[in-house]
Amino acid sequence: MGSIDLKHIARLARLHLSDEELKFLETQVSQILAFVEKLGQVKGLEGVEPTSHPFAVSNVFRDDVPQSSLNIEEVLKHSPQAKGRFFQVPKVIEDKN
Amino acid sequence: MDLSRLTISGLAERLRKNESTQKDALEALSKSIRERDTDVRNIRAYVPREAIKPIHRKADRNSPLWGVPIAMKDNICVEGLEVTCASNILKGFVSPYNATVVEKLLDAGAVIYGQTNQDEFAFGSSCETSCYGPTRNPRDPQCVPGGSSGGSAAAVADHTAIAALGSDTGGSIRQPAAFCGVVGIKPTYGRVSRYGLVAFASSLDQIGPITKDVRDAAILLGVIAGHDPKDSTTANVPVPDYTSFLGKSVKGMKVGKPKEYFEAGLTPEVAKSIEESCAALRSLGVEIVDVSLPHTQYSVNVYYIVAPSEASSNLARFDGVRFGHRSKSSATLLDLFEKSRGEGFGAEAKRRIILGTYSLSSGYYDAYYLKAMKVRTKIKQDFDDAFKKVDAILTPTAPSGAFKLGEKTADPLQMYLSDIFTISANLAGVPAISLPCGIVQKNLPVGLQFLGRPFEEEKLFQLAYAFEEATGWHKKLGNVS
Repeated sequence: MGSIDLKHIARLARLHLSDEELKFLETQVSQILAFVEKLGQVKGLEGVEPTSHPFAVSNVFRDDVPQSSLNIEEVLKHSPQAKGRFFQVPKVIEDKN
Repeated sequence: MDLSRLTISGLAERLRKNESTQKDALEALSKSIRERDTDVRNIRAYVPREAIKPIHRKADRNSPLWGVPIAMKDNICVEGLEVTCASNILKGFVSPYNATVVEKLLDAGAVIYGQTNQDEFAFGSSCETSCYGPTRNPRDPQCVPGGSSGGSAAAVADHTAIAALGSDTGGSIRQPAAFCGVVGIKPTYGRVSRYGLVAFASSLDQIGPITKDVRDAAILLGVIAGHDPKDSTTANVPVPDYTSFLGKSVKGMKVGKPKEYFEAGLTPEVAKSIEESCAALRSLGVEIVDVSLPHTQYSVNVYYIVAPSEASSNLARFDGVRFGHRSKSSATLLDLFEKSRGEGFGAEAKRRIILGTYSLSSGYYDAYYLKAMKVRTKIKQDFDDAFKKVDAILTPTAPSGAFKLGEKTADPLQMYLSDIFTISANLAGVPAISLPCGIVQKNLPVGLQFLGRPFEEEKLFQLAYAFEEATGWHKKLGNVS
């Protein structure tokens, strides 16, 4: 296994890590990955179906009955920043100038 | 009489007969929490909240849990209460709804009383990753209570709770139950609704009871089990009256002893306790049979790909926009996501998010996640094969008694290996119960684990109850007077 581009992974995970955390995690994650790579020893996996879930379920529908959901005030009450009927975040469209 | 020392069955009977009132019961618990949890011994099984607010609703007097207080792990949503998963990122979050298990408990007459400490987002085996600080083991306050449901197990063992709910993704109910000397069951995947349980790894998580004896576990599981339209992974399988299996003879039952679990990593003292347990079972007429689970040695490896992968995906919702912590110093939206998460998550959560994101990232998916899912199939097949020959499987719950606070925090891999005997049940989806079967190092309890076929929890209760009655560990440990 080559070295991990931890900064890239952290960016994919939308997770800010300090330089200290990056250094610390690099050692630990490498050790953990070296450990899980023991799976390479398992023989006879050709044609084995992967299990993503203990008991396969598919297309579970509930009855088509309208139900109310949480009201907007209730939902927005938990937002760190809200305005009117909306969650508020920093501006996502850049100014022209 | 100190009502906090009673079991569910004992307290419910007193309340029904008007020998005590619900108010008496809550006062007794409040007193025991004040005296033992927060003051003298500083066990800290409960998360620090201003005052415990009892939640209940009108229920029929003959309901199974009428007036009985039950503690909730801090990752189970209770309407109107702060629920944080012991993480800074969720501090201040007040749940707008009840988890299905909470609805079922309230309908059965229970009082939700107190929220228990845990590892952050249930990531851990010692309760030490909580943002509130660790819980201590009431059997020896220098030791961890286990994790992640360490608060629930410690509260039940310390009689600061009558019973509690926990959640189990890789052993988080059973390992702390073993370390604290109480009973814990992880039900079959799909037996109990996960609606309102803050998700860690959705293909592994189950909610289950942590109790003072086997009867209480049977009562509590009977209340919370069943199909739920709000959780499409719950199974439409009838829930039997689990208590009707208590006291039934276990003569002629076949219990498998997987040789792989006894080959490495087990302390000699725990091995001795398990041998004595086998002898006790034999004297009850149980036939102990050798079985093999050849892929079980890869369980921890598979788990540390599957669980972090699912966790990294589930934890994507904590972005500082809709609820939870938001960074105060972000100029752009990307900045807001990254900083809110960087500030809010603790070290173990970050480690798992990074591991999971890596395993799922382009170029590594086949080598890690896909391979792990294939080995998971093999692990599951091992159980299917074994259960053709036996009614249940017996193992130690953990390789040793409780370890010391701080002993494993510096080495995540060592911490992960403390779940070596519990993880396979989650990967295969099968039910597993842990109950006390011995004491090592003078005061540290040992747990015996029974695993069963999917949706056959009643057999686990039948076996566990017979073992408990025959050996009396629940009495020797002071769980039941």
